[in-house]
Amino acid sequence: MWIDPSRPAERALVTHGHADHARSGHGAVWATPETLAIMALRYGTETGTPTPYGDGFEANGVKISFHPAGHVLGSAQILLEYAGERVVVTGDYKRRFDPTCAPFEAVACDILITEATFGLPVFTHPPIEVEIAKLLAARGANIDGCILIGAYALGKAQRVIAELRRAGYDAPVYIHGAMQKMCDLYAAHDVPLGDLILATGLAKAEMKGAIVIAPPSAMNDRWAQRLPDPITAMASGWMRVRQRARQRNVELPLVISDHADWNELTETLLELRPTETWITHGRTDALGRWCELHQLKARALDLVGREDEDES
Amino acid sequence: MQAFAALIDGLIYTRSRDLKIRLITEYLRDMPDPDRGWALAALAGTLSIATVKSAAIRIMAEERFDPMLFRMSRDYVGDTAETVALMWPDVKTDAVAPTVSEVIDLLNSASRARAPIVLAELMDRLDANGRYALLKLATGGMRVGISARLAKTAFGMAFGLSVDDVEEVWHVLRPPYAELFAWGEGKSERPDPADSAFFRPFMLAHPLEDCTVQLSVFAAEWKWDGIRIQIASTGGETRLFSRGGDEVTAAFPEIAAAFDGIGVVDGELLVRGDVQGGEAASFNALQQRLGRKNVTAAMQAEYPVFVRLYDILFDGTQDVRSQPWSARRERLELFAAKLDTVRFDLSTIIEARDFDHLAEMRSGAREAAIEGVMLKRRDSPYLAGRKVGLWYKWKREPLIADCVMMYAQRGSGKRSSYYSDYTFGCWTPDGALLPVGKAYSGFSDAELKWLDRFVRDNTVARFGPVREVEKSLVLEVAFDAVHESKRHKSGIAMRFPRISRLRSDKPADEADTIAALRAMIG
Repeated sequence: MWIDPSRPAERALVTHGHADHARSGHGAVWATPETLAIMALRYGTETGTPTPYGDGFEANGVKISFHPAGHVLGSAQILLEYAGERVVVTGDYKRRFDPTCAPFEAVACDILITEATFGLPVFTHPPIEVEIAKLLAARGANIDGCILIGAYALGKAQRVIAELRRAGYDAPVYIHGAMQKMCDLYAAHDVPLGDLILATGLAKAEMKGAIVIAPPSAMNDRWAQRLPDPITAMASGWMRVRQRARQRNVELPLVISDHADWNELTETLLELRPTETWITHGRTDALGRWCELHQLKARALDLVGREDEDES
Repeated sequence: MQAFAALIDGLIYTRSRDLKIRLITEYLRDMPDPDRGWALAALAGTLSIATVKSAAIRIMAEERFDPMLFRMSRDYVGDTAETVALMWPDVKTDAVAPTVSEVIDLLNSASRARAPIVLAELMDRLDANGRYALLKLATGGMRVGISARLAKTAFGMAFGLSVDDVEEVWHVLRPPYAELFAWGEGKSERPDPADSAFFRPFMLAHPLEDCTVQLSVFAAEWKWDGIRIQIASTGGETRLFSRGGDEVTAAFPEIAAAFDGIGVVDGELLVRGDVQGGEAASFNALQQRLGRKNVTAAMQAEYPVFVRLYDILFDGTQDVRSQPWSARRERLELFAAKLDTVRFDLSTIIEARDFDHLAEMRSGAREAAIEGVMLKRRDSPYLAGRKVGLWYKWKREPLIADCVMMYAQRGSGKRSSYYSDYTFGCWTPDGALLPVGKAYSGFSDAELKWLDRFVRDNTVARFGPVREVEKSLVLEVAFDAVHESKRHKSGIAMRFPRISRLRSDKPADEADTIAALRAMIG
């Protein structure tokens, strides 16, 4: 039995629906009902055993259960219990409020297998309210053009829309065609996203003053050539570093991430104090060094086929 | 400090010049004195805080952070100040953010030993963007892509003054420029420019297109391929200005030191080359001296610079700009005769029988540093900018080569969704393509769309923002010169390459060879 296998496997436990964790072609799949729905949407006919948060099942004497990770809709940590020992695989997680998914739950364990995407002390994500305010201010100042936001099609896009709604923005949000089905899926899972309009085949004039969301890969695509004077924004934790934002021709960096930042990663370790920590992907060296400084036993665990979705 | 931090970040992410000016203009109008004056100084590069050096920042970081974590972070971010600003913990007190002037006052009054402590206390009162702006302010070098001239232009726009009005008084004023703002807001008289050397805008030329001129009306001289430079001296001080009006005195100290005269002159800065028998070398040699704030003695010896004089704007303290070119030329000859011949000479007037003779001389000129011919109306006054009918530049016919597109990169701003920057190559004897240049102009909007589609449809590999394309499209490239260069693997590089035609009709293997290009080296 594999967790998030990168190649087709007989039996797979899947933490969440991002493509680098949920691949197609497995035999039997266990995942949360939301993750299974996302996989069905992305890969067509996939089915599996829905495993809601908290519930567990047993396989080969190992008790397996899923717990909220707060990363995207349906994202889970996986707890494995065997002979009194508890292992938690965090998958991707964050600890901040997110209107589009269940909040992270701290699960006591002996061994923690943690992600470290933003495992450098320079990565601290500001409160999302600050970033949304920045976005709305930029829109207000560019009412004759539009704001084009690059955001992952699964999770980030819906979170940005939901946060815009929470901030009182009730105008239609224009979305790239590649996002429509996922937005519909979120809405069907009681995540209201308000009025969404497909930004395809519209006249430039119609989109003046609009907020448009597209996958990062579409931003420099021919698709974007039809938008009225867009200001290019990107919603990503990487936008914290100015040079990184400039390299991608971003004019309005929005530091919005669905991953734990440095403080969340380290505070989680201090809270759980596992006997041992395995650091899977991202900056394993820096988080490992931090563990060493805090007398926490840790090692890097190299995995294959791991790339942040849309970051390649 | 938050408004200043927002300005800095705005300038970092904004690519359009007009938008940058608008951001600065709004800041200068809205902020109080003396904050805005210090900010203006920071943008114009005239602010210097003696107590804080970049070493102080590193020391501050090493005291606070684990050295390994700091090094890993620094390696990732690539900039020490930004790394420290991001790693610094948000101190969750209700601290009031300092103002720009409070920062300057505190740092200026601290001893060098105490400065890192003062700096750390200020860091605690700011958020990450504020900390970044603080560190950049304290160490100078904002790196926001603003020239001094642009900062002055923005100041002028903010208060309805021309940039030349601002320029005239600029060098007698010191940060935080209280008198400048008072004048701008109409609260006081114009500051007295007194005895200061300042920049006057250059007179520029239009290209000569498909027409001839009478040599009895126009004088001809060579157009030298260096950098246009203005030397202004009051006797008390001498300053050098680039074409854009930025001061470059520190980059060419030997010129300023050798200039023994009072007045303002216009000329071309060139490097003397051994290959050229002590004559002007190609632009390539001069490039070694450009882009440096300060210069070593070794650089001065290896690339000796001199100025070839074109014109005179002030003779002594007398403004001669309204006099005709012929009268100014007489003055210039007398003026130049008194200067050190190692560092200064006179641009010679070409004696041609008629226009056809001049055309013949122009096409026969093979000197590396000659870019073409200048034609100046003998009765023309020296006026700022490009004026119709007074000065013409008549460049040598461009050289032409057929090259093959190899890589393409997206442009910026309006072109950010188009592949508009192309690297192209020529063939080696064994049938390989090596890059010889890069161009991003010369094509129409319709051609750009076509090229963009070609790149997208013919991509064979991607490297970050760069796409490698199928080596099948021939681009006719026009360029002013070709010279030896280490920049490309081919060992040669073009000057001012631009796409002159799309040769989709021509098979790629019929494009030019490196050897053919090499034969064009002047």
